Amino acid sequence: MKIEVSRRKVHNEFAQKVEEISGQNLFACYQCGNCTAGCPVSFAMDLGPHQVIRFCLLGLEEEVLKSNTFWMCASCLQCTSRCPKGLDIARIMEAIRLVILRKKERLDRLEVAELSEEFLERVPQIALISGFRKFSS
Amino acid sequence: MGRVGVVLCPCELEGVPLFNPEVLVEGLKRRGDVLPFIHYPPVCSELGMEAIRAFLEKSELDRAIVTCSKPELFGPTFKKALRQWGLNPSLSEVLGIRPAPERGGLQEATGDVLILIERKIDEIRERVPSKSQGVPFTKRVMVIGGGITGITASIDLGNAGYEVLLVDRLPSIGGRMLQLSETFPTLDCAQCTLTPKTVETGQHSQIRLITYAEIESVSGEVGNFLVKIRRKAAYVDWAKCTGCGLCQEKCPSKVHSEFERGIGPGKAIYTLSPQAVPNKPVINRELCRYFTRGKCRVCEKVCPVGAIDYEQEDTFIEERVGAIIVATGFDLYPKEEIGEYGYGDVPDVIDGLAFERLLSASGPTAGEIRRPSDGRIPKEMVFIQCVASRDPERYMPYCSRACCMYTAKHARLYKHKVHDGRAYIFYMDIRSMGKGYEEFIQQGVEEEGILYLRGRVSRLFRDNDHVVVWGVDTLTGKKVDIAADMVVLATAMIPSHGIRELAEKLHIKTDEYGFLTEAQWKLYPVETGVEGVYLAGCAQGPKDIADTVAQGDAAASKVQALFAQH
Repeated sequence: MKIEVSRRKVHNEFAQKVEEISGQNLFACYQCGNCTAGCPVSFAMDLGPHQVIRFCLLGLEEEVLKSNTFWMCASCLQCTSRCPKGLDIARIMEAIRLVILRKKERLDRLEVAELSEEFLERVPQIALISGFRKFSS
Repeated sequence: MGRVGVVLCPCELEGVPLFNPEVLVEGLKRRGDVLPFIHYPPVCSELGMEAIRAFLEKSELDRAIVTCSKPELFGPTFKKALRQWGLNPSLSEVLGIRPAPERGGLQEATGDVLILIERKIDEIRERVPSKSQGVPFTKRVMVIGGGITGITASIDLGNAGYEVLLVDRLPSIGGRMLQLSETFPTLDCAQCTLTPKTVETGQHSQIRLITYAEIESVSGEVGNFLVKIRRKAAYVDWAKCTGCGLCQEKCPSKVHSEFERGIGPGKAIYTLSPQAVPNKPVINRELCRYFTRGKCRVCEKVCPVGAIDYEQEDTFIEERVGAIIVATGFDLYPKEEIGEYGYGDVPDVIDGLAFERLLSASGPTAGEIRRPSDGRIPKEMVFIQCVASRDPERYMPYCSRACCMYTAKHARLYKHKVHDGRAYIFYMDIRSMGKGYEEFIQQGVEEEGILYLRGRVSRLFRDNDHVVVWGVDTLTGKKVDIAADMVVLATAMIPSHGIRELAEKLHIKTDEYGFLTEAQWKLYPVETGVEGVYLAGCAQGPKDIADTVAQGDAAASKVQALFAQH
């Protein structure tokens, strides 16, 4: 519940990486919540997109990465089109996905060889492709 | 003696009748010396005014009372009208009728109003016509308070050709603005924008400065106020003094300086700044070595013109003026009274004006940001807004209006000077309503990385060489702990001390906090309940420089309009 706010934590390496990949300035966010209000899948997210931005800025990497928000994001760009500060929030979500995908020490990697043939037949194609993207990079 | 005309306004204050008009008229008619008059629609309408005029003219009255439910709103209008219709202002009056706090039925209320009016009738019948009719209307103005508001008003009135007496209790003019470093939203140097104004005021042929002086008493009325001023002993003969500054340089004392807000030391003989207008020093009796210990007299020895005079005493001046503008400004709520923020005992917790002195190029650190305790440059810098403002339970319920902006300015100027530092601002709401203000704040956030944390700080305390700040960020819902190097409190603006006594002398009203009450907030913002007395600036309520200057101009134009009628 209690967080440290300091030069070390605020706008830390993680936050800067998200900014660099997305090309967005996290400080610019008003925290107005328009993105979360309009997001068609925010009902299923454990953090709203605006909260994710705030958490990133405060350097709360762990909490951001364990949330499901950016995986739920369908990149429909509703948030981006409505942001009063012109932030491309969908890009920020994508940047967070990339931060995870670029990590070497991931434990949740998907081994294609381990998938049963029966599973591969049952699973929808789009889910399989998303799954590969999420788990096999 | 003729009869007294009583004009009754049947206005129903917020839909509640204040009296029964028929009963009241009957009651008044029982007296032989009264001529009651009632008119529908209410007398404040155009038709009503015309009806009163006709009534007064027809019945040839020389004394009259107009009742009215909102005297602060309609009083000035009626008074002016009565005068125009040829009634002596001292023999006519606008009487405010308000619902009694615990009144019974309409019948009782009517009885109360009748008593009120009858008392006023008796009083007016007793009056002798004031001689002020014959006394010429004095077209001179006194401006009380030489801050940016008073300076603005004085220059306006001086330029209009009227003689202005500008009174300030400090040794020189400039007020609070002279303490500031740079001003939002343009970040102009405050001294560079103000000094030309103070110099213009000092040089103006129509403006006379009476500094280091306080108002002793005020009598008379519009056009003919008699003001007694106490000129405090400066212990320096200003007529001889050339303002060379040698006395200050050689004065051996190092004392608390109110102007530097405790950030840097001052001298017992001092001017407020090297550009002070007038540039003449005064000796602070309480801090001077000679006055406290009986030995020293260094200033006397070094003064090349022999201007030091330890025997000087307060002197009194009497001035006759036609109008008065009160622009006495503000103080900051003392941080010593705020327990949760360390009762002012944590050395690296300072208030906004002290931080202005730290930022100021002419300040004690020459503009370098060094914390008071050990002179280190603070890297974790916390600013707290709404300190003692917006806290009806314990401190002041109102918003102090300027803090959101000056805190953003503080944080930005801090970042301009300490590039690797981080500025955190605790806020409840950001109120940036002026032109260019919101953009100013957003620029600070986006380009300078100022982190706004939404929440109040519950406590701060010293821990080794840090100030621990316990706050919250309600945007994330997380409790926040900051080990800060320095904390700046944006404390509430309160009226400057002594305002209540001054208001009493002027017969004008103050609110429960001591801010001067305007005649009416929306339509008569610089008028008071007393004709000829105007107010401007932070004496009326917290304001930023732009608003306060606008009010100074407004008050000056009101005085010009008043003078133009005579």
